[in-house]
Amino acid sequence: MTATESTDVLVIGSGFGGAIAAYHLAAGGARVTVLERGPWLTAEEFDHDFLLGSSYTRIFDFVVGDGMSVLGGNCVGGGSVVYFATMPRAPRFVFERRGSIGRRMWPAGISRDTLEPWYDRVAEALPVRLTPWEQVPFAGGLFAAACAHAGRTANPAPSAIDLDLCTNCNWMMAGCRFDAKRSLLLNYLPAALAHGAEIRPKHEVQYLSRNDDGGYRVHYRIVDDVDYRVLHDEGAIDAKIVILAAGAGATPVILQRSEPRLGPMPHAVGRYFSGNGERLNTAVFDEDRVREVLGLTRDGGQAYAAYQIGRGPTVASWDQLDGSLPEYERFSLEQLYFPPGLGTILAQAPDATGPTWFGVEKKEMMRRWQSWLTIFTMSEDDNEGVFGPPPETGNSHRLSQQMLGNGPLRYKPTANTWRGWSLSDAAVKDTLERDGLARVMPWTNDLVGAYTVHPLASCRIGDDPATSALDDGHQLRNHPGIFVTDGSAVPGALTVNPAMTIAALAERAMPGIVRAAQERGVAVRYGAPSPDGETAGRRGVTRAA
Amino acid sequence: MTIEAYADTIVPGEKRSPDDRAIAGAASGGGAVASGAIELLETPGGGLAPALDALAISLNDHATEYAQERGLVLDDDVPPFVGLSFDDRTALVQLLTAPENPEKQMWVALALFSNMAFDSAAHVGTLDAIAAGHPGLLTIGYFRPDTDGVWRFPQFSYGRRLADSHPNTTTTGSPA
Ligand SMILES: Cc1cc2nc3c(=O)[nH]c(=O)nc-3n(C[C@H](O)[C@H](O)[C@H](O)COP(=O)(O)OP(=O)(O)OC[C@H]3O[C@@H](n4cnc5c(N)ncnc54)[C@H](O)[C@@H]3O)c2cc1C
Repeated sequence: MTATESTDVLVIGSGFGGAIAAYHLAAGGARVTVLERGPWLTAEEFDHDFLLGSSYTRIFDFVVGDGMSVLGGNCVGGGSVVYFATMPRAPRFVFERRGSIGRRMWPAGISRDTLEPWYDRVAEALPVRLTPWEQVPFAGGLFAAACAHAGRTANPAPSAIDLDLCTNCNWMMAGCRFDAKRSLLLNYLPAALAHGAEIRPKHEVQYLSRNDDGGYRVHYRIVDDVDYRVLHDEGAIDAKIVILAAGAGATPVILQRSEPRLGPMPHAVGRYFSGNGERLNTAVFDEDRVREVLGLTRDGGQAYAAYQIGRGPTVASWDQLDGSLPEYERFSLEQLYFPPGLGTILAQAPDATGPTWFGVEKKEMMRRWQSWLTIFTMSEDDNEGVFGPPPETGNSHRLSQQMLGNGPLRYKPTANTWRGWSLSDAAVKDTLERDGLARVMPWTNDLVGAYTVHPLASCRIGDDPATSALDDGHQLRNHPGIFVTDGSAVPGALTVNPAMTIAALAERAMPGIVRAAQERGVAVRYGAPSPDGETAGRRGVTRAA
Repeated sequence: MTIEAYADTIVPGEKRSPDDRAIAGAASGGGAVASGAIELLETPGGGLAPALDALAISLNDHATEYAQERGLVLDDDVPPFVGLSFDDRTALVQLLTAPENPEKQMWVALALFSNMAFDSAAHVGTLDAIAAGHPGLLTIGYFRPDTDGVWRFPQFSYGRRLADSHPNTTTTGSPA
């Protein structure tokens, strides 16, 4: 029998929740091991290539469920490596939401005001900056101009991108080969390593069991380098504290699979999943109308025809983010680039007389691909996702060597969710079709269900044990020493991009997790500066604490 | 041939020769087949390769049933799905991929891969695909990279304010 290794703190997953935890605990003096299912890539390995097996598929996980498909990162750095780095803070009303449970969803201790210093810490660490108009790519400019023409406002969004390094290649989803995108590979993770944390890629955690000393044993399998359907050796590591941060599509699955060994899970584990109320509309612009109505022209005399140029979302419209509107009627609209390969199939041909998502008319629409504009809705859904029994390994039954799998998530949108989607569809149509600027039709849910890149709330924090899996310190109810710090802890949809809030909540959870580690005999202190040594944010949270 | 006809129904293209049967010739320019749909579907890493034969058999069974129900006479020279007109192939694919169809998932997967061959040539390196004049990437007008094979767009912005920001915005750019 091989000896089981041991560590103080075992972190599962290396995205926002995992990286932030690994850094603070390692910097405070704990022995930290991070197990990450995906590979560990650096800038030069991020390919501009759609070839199956390039970084575009290696670092991604696309899980098709029943009624909802989830797209996430699968690599060291998690979603931060594939994300678009748009990093707004959540609007104030979000923290007062009541949702499907009919009373405040968020713990009483959290509001926009109390979260603000923790947001500041993240903004300092990545860092996050407001995009100036002069740096807004054509697609964002077009969306802004259309909004203004319709009497609406539009904002360049804050983002974690070093604009001096960005080439506007729009290959963000394959990882950033210019290191312009401030992923976790450039801040929290190297800082954690510098403090002695160990990161092991290709280690997929399958389940947890409990040890007699009150600690936990984390059981993993080694994932094949190329074909992720193939799992090799298994192993286990003992830890005093376990931090789950495998993402909202995977964390509840690991806990469900652990239930026979750990005992019953809180009811909310694997329930209340939210897709952040996401929906996509694809518009096809009439280049002449763009020139005539909006007065836009670019180099070479083109009006727009620049879908491919830029960097994900850069401009958002917040006119519907009004806290006085009824719940489920509040949403943001964001201009977004979606590269070929993953989503083109879901775009529907406006005005088609035959099938809308395939066939002759769809092909005609694809001829005008450079004149497309994608508008992304983030609305208030109803936390209606539920995870069924876990698959044998990982969080899906993998179909392709990388990326594609079938998972146990079921999502049947309620009338509330449809309300937000329909209102947002109507707003997009009203804005973009005005004066013949474009024709627009929402993506179809009929093929792979709704679609989210922002999975949330499958293991949420809250004050009520019946509807939350975690207490407001992110500790799993009835399982002391297990914490969840990723997107699954966020109670519900945020109406904006969530990474900033996921990260701020993880930062906020750290002092409590450090205390729990101390109570279990780990020599660790809280109080590390920002990963690059900045201390302004630290002073802020000290004042708040 | 059957799978080719399915891929051609998803992204139609022009016939390779006048007697091409798999490709219906419903659209000008290369479609999914010319873009390499079969090569992509047969790639072991894709995950659909082991199922292709079964899918072809099943698709032809559905085509036979479809034709019988509508009193269509199919030509014996080609598999039943290939024997259908483009409009009938289209109608059948709509039935197979409809939300209520219990087999929907596999037909959608076949469509996803057919489309992916066209819009991203996932079975070949993107630079090679572009150099070889890949019909899908050409059709969507995908811009070419710099000479080192990397994409950069030094001209990327209208360079000016194009809307007023929401009044409820913080100095750091977030909703207030
Ligand atoms: C294409 C795309 C664009 C996005 N753009 C934005 C954006 O602009 N702004 C924004 O705010 N958000 C964006 N997001 C969302 C953002 O990336 C996520 O909200 C965020 O990364 C979630 O953080 P997390 O810590 O919850 O999980 P993740 O970052 O998903 O990290 C989870 C990690 O756990 C690993 N893992 C999973 N299962 C296991 C296991 N069993 N064992 C070990 N490791 C495991 C995964 O491989 C992954 O690395 C985007 C997402 C995508 C996919």
